[in-house]
Amino acid sequence: MSTTTTNDSGARRAAPAGERLADWADGRLGIYSLAKSNMRKIFPDHWSFMLGEVCLYSFIIIILTGVYLTLFFHPSMNEVVYNGSYVPLQGQLMSEAFNSTLHISFDVRGGLLIRQIHHWAALIFLAGMFVHMMRVFFTGAFRKPREINWLFGFLLFVLGMFTGFTGYSLPDDLLSGTGVRFMEGAILSVPIVGTYISFFLFGGEFPGHDFVARFYSIHILLLPGIMLGLMVGHLILVFYHKHTQFAGPGKTNNNVVGMPLLPVYMAKAGGFFFLVFGVIAAVAAIATINPIWAIGPYRSDQVSTGAQPDWYMGFAEGLIRAMPGWEINIWGHTLVLGVFIPLVIFPLVLAAIAVYPFIESWVTGDKREHHILDRPRNAPTRTAFGVAWITAYMVMLVGGGNDLWATHFHLSINAVTWFVRIAFFAGPVVAFVATKRICLGLQRRDRDKVLHGRESGIIKRLPHGEFIEVHEPLSQEQLHTLTAHEQYVPVEIGPLVDEHGVERKLKGSEKLRAKLSSAYYGELNQISKPTADEYKEITSGHGHH
Amino acid sequence: MKKLSARRRHPLAAVVVLLLALAATGGLYAAFAPASKAQADETAQSLAIEEGKKLYRVGCASCHGTGGQGSSDGPTLVGVGAANVDFQVGTGRMPAATSQGAQAPRKKIIYTQAEIDQLAAYVASLGAGPAVPTTNDYSPNGADIAKGGELFRTNCAQCHNFTGKGGALTHGKFAPSLEGVAPKHIYEAMQIGPQNMPSFPDTTLSQQNKKDIVAYLDAVNSDQTKSPGGLQLGGLGPVSEGLFAWIFGLGTMIAVAVWVAARTAKAKKS
Amino acid sequence: MSSQDIPEENLPAAQETTLDKVTGADEKHPFADPGLPPHEHRIQDIDERAAKRSERTVALLFTVSMLATIGFIASFVAFPADKSIYVFPIGHISALNFSLGLTLGVALFAIGAGAVHWARTLMSDVEVADERHPIEASPEVKSKVLDDFRQGAKESALGRRKLIRNTMLGALTLVPLSGVVLLRDLGPLPETKLRHTAWRRGKLLVNMNTNQPMRPSDVAVGSLTFAKPEGLEEHDEEFQNEIAKAALMLVRLQPDDIKDKKELEWSHEGIVAYSKICTHVGCPISLYEQQTHHVLCPCHQSTFDLSDGARVIFGPAGHALPQLRIGVNADGYLEALGDFEEPVGPAFWERG
Repeated sequence: MSTTTTNDSGARRAAPAGERLADWADGRLGIYSLAKSNMRKIFPDHWSFMLGEVCLYSFIIIILTGVYLTLFFHPSMNEVVYNGSYVPLQGQLMSEAFNSTLHISFDVRGGLLIRQIHHWAALIFLAGMFVHMMRVFFTGAFRKPREINWLFGFLLFVLGMFTGFTGYSLPDDLLSGTGVRFMEGAILSVPIVGTYISFFLFGGEFPGHDFVARFYSIHILLLPGIMLGLMVGHLILVFYHKHTQFAGPGKTNNNVVGMPLLPVYMAKAGGFFFLVFGVIAAVAAIATINPIWAIGPYRSDQVSTGAQPDWYMGFAEGLIRAMPGWEINIWGHTLVLGVFIPLVIFPLVLAAIAVYPFIESWVTGDKREHHILDRPRNAPTRTAFGVAWITAYMVMLVGGGNDLWATHFHLSINAVTWFVRIAFFAGPVVAFVATKRICLGLQRRDRDKVLHGRESGIIKRLPHGEFIEVHEPLSQEQLHTLTAHEQYVPVEIGPLVDEHGVERKLKGSEKLRAKLSSAYYGELNQISKPTADEYKEITSGHGHH
Repeated sequence: MKKLSARRRHPLAAVVVLLLALAATGGLYAAFAPASKAQADETAQSLAIEEGKKLYRVGCASCHGTGGQGSSDGPTLVGVGAANVDFQVGTGRMPAATSQGAQAPRKKIIYTQAEIDQLAAYVASLGAGPAVPTTNDYSPNGADIAKGGELFRTNCAQCHNFTGKGGALTHGKFAPSLEGVAPKHIYEAMQIGPQNMPSFPDTTLSQQNKKDIVAYLDAVNSDQTKSPGGLQLGGLGPVSEGLFAWIFGLGTMIAVAVWVAARTAKAKKS
Repeated sequence: MSSQDIPEENLPAAQETTLDKVTGADEKHPFADPGLPPHEHRIQDIDERAAKRSERTVALLFTVSMLATIGFIASFVAFPADKSIYVFPIGHISALNFSLGLTLGVALFAIGAGAVHWARTLMSDVEVADERHPIEASPEVKSKVLDDFRQGAKESALGRRKLIRNTMLGALTLVPLSGVVLLRDLGPLPETKLRHTAWRRGKLLVNMNTNQPMRPSDVAVGSLTFAKPEGLEEHDEEFQNEIAKAALMLVRLQPDDIKDKKELEWSHEGIVAYSKICTHVGCPISLYEQQTHHVLCPCHQSTFDLSDGARVIFGPAGHALPQLRIGVNADGYLEALGDFEEPVGPAFWERG
């Protein structure tokens, strides 16, 4: 033992300072073993793989600016008289929360910038998560082994929405107060316990004197704490699973092709943080967000038209606006369906996309790992489902701003609302059918490309006068890429009578699975890709044109 | 108002109304006539009414009736007051387009201010109503902007938005944007309640209150208004902010990401 | 069209002999994976001058960042917080916010752009393939772990000593109850608080704007007035909570226009007083259209007809706006003749 130690220290003396520091850390943290597989970890290059980074970086920016804001913000609902530098509010009664937000905006140098960066970064964070989630969805990156990471991401999106909502409520301005009032009304609609939850949340009747302080600890501690944990888990899993990649030459399900973390991705991803931060800072320099001074302090008897939540809650807002006013009074109790139904649909719609991976894997029955991404066209049913879901989401987003659509396009608000009511049901169906057809069309085109080559745009006249377009054959790389995807065969129910002649009882779930499977992979629901024989037949001279 | 309406059948009512109308017209004329005509006399007033009547017969009578009694195409103008004419004609809402939508919008003004005054004098002579406010009524001097803000949020913001950017009403009607609207017309709108807007008579919203509101709007919704944070994005709140975040925020991020992930140009193989 | 440009060995026919088991050219993948394309050099890889140019560009970007940071500090010192400048086409904006934001943005963006340009043009761009390893453990590892677990479980005797297991589960289930109990004091119980407002019989209707009691003659046809109960002042401790329920909107209709019998009874000379709080989720509703007598809620577009008992004619609200019964007192001022007879604002389970 002792000899080894002596030898070690001898080596250490000779090593450069950085290495000695690393040695020191390795002896305590085991960093060499950790770095062994990670330092030159390979990441594939594709712009859409960086959407997650946009989210990660905006989250970091939100935390940094948020910490700064806590230095000046007073989460208190005590009423004070404003005597700061914004003239049109001087002498007005307002809560300390609103007062301190005005102070940050007008009297703290750079305070307004940080506030705007914080808020813009929040909007971009949520938008980034949405787009990132859609990228993962449409490329099938959620398949085994990444289902849990899909759920982590989904939870981050949902928690992000609520963190955003609580943050939006903190300045206690007229707009956010209206939002909180809406939330209170929604809670009251919950059968049996609604009133109690509302009284406990607000410390009594609305608005009370407590919600800003309570939302504050939820906004700066509880939710971001959970999100931080989830995000770390999300990243660890990304490292552990290694990144997915699109099909291409040299790219298989058993490898990952790209450039190493050190140095390329260190520079690219590290640089991208600064790029994201730079863009958000510039946006905050150019465009104002949530100008609470123009909105005014909250008073429970005041309101402004155009009262909307931030975009990520616009979907919920749309649901609540489009819902007809159903209310049932029975046995001395009120069932406020007009509010409660949207309150239930809201998480259900979100859950539909969250559980989709599990439904798909049940239908396919595929237990293998998938690291090669699908092109959306090659999974027509999934793609159509995703587009239908986005359609429902977007229809409700439009519904959430129905008044602004009405004024800006000179429409009747009632007509817009009716459009939203119908489109919420009809839109997804139309979108589903249309998307599926488009996907199948694209699959057919791919098939033709493989079998007949690419249209070159060159027209040739044959000796007997016929015009034909010259088709250029594809390269081996392209041929491989276009046919790399796997195609499932629909599940068969199997014989209903077993070998002993005993009738097997068919479970409902089995029948459903077979039905779904044929809807996914049946003859009319995917275009079978060219086989080697077909290719041979065509390229050997007959059957062309 | 109440007393007036209760006694309007009194034999002397017509006389009183006429006198009031004349006084209002006179005051109006004094305020707007050139200095040389400052000494407005009976002749000038009746001349204005006479001229206004001619204009009225040509431009208004087809809908509002020859004597302002109204018809199926337009409401009665008896008792609507000079302020109403000044507002409706002075903002171009009247004469209304032949096929208007849900409500008459602001459009090009087709009468000169002098003609509008004559029309107002004529309509005011039909029955007493609110007079055109004087410059002093709506000048920002002596107004409390912050109080105006509070009043605006209580009485106006629900339809016109926080800083008067406008908003939607039922079935295609809308509360118009108050941007670029003359203080006089804002004051008059509160007095008279044009179209579907409710009125805010002095008993409900005192003269000082109205002055405060006009001053507040001047401070927060004029071309001199400061927007410390940058582009106002229409002053419409989260919807336009969300669109901006998606298009310019996330859009820029994606453009940058495409650059970061793109392959560097390869050297041509020789 | 023919396939003469495709190397013979890549044709499916030829592949039958060269089927690559790893890349899986088979029934499912008719075209074999040709493998990673050969690396092509960038200009910077073969031309040192181009590489030098890239180096200078990167250095320039980093220098721009440094200058921008200096600019940031200079702006912070130079501009007072209330300095306003006109920037076309943005408008009259804060000089400080604009300059700080832009300099910070440039300082950060230039670092990022420098790093990425460096990575793209000067760092090696040879694509490398990393093998993936199956995540699932090998059968040996799996059985070792399961054996360990069984061993541990057996040694704990949890399965055998049911009493321990059951009581432990019981204890663990109960202990979070303490936490739940602690939440009790977050707020008072609802009791009947949502059923009452500050309105009482004899309370005067005070104009929100002028803070004066009102006479019927003050409320003109076509006008809109907001009222609060006498004695409730803005600086009161409970003002927000009280006005959230008591806010009132007053309009005068021609008595002939009132279609609802009860509404007419509860009005005074055509003056009707309705709760300003929407019955949907509680927004202060007051977009009154004086010609149609409709009131629209700006939050979710519930529309009520004030000439017909404020019944809902559009939107998500479930019931009519509560009406306050009003009259005139001996001095001729408008007063309430009692509290609202039903809870104002959003509906709730106990509302009935």
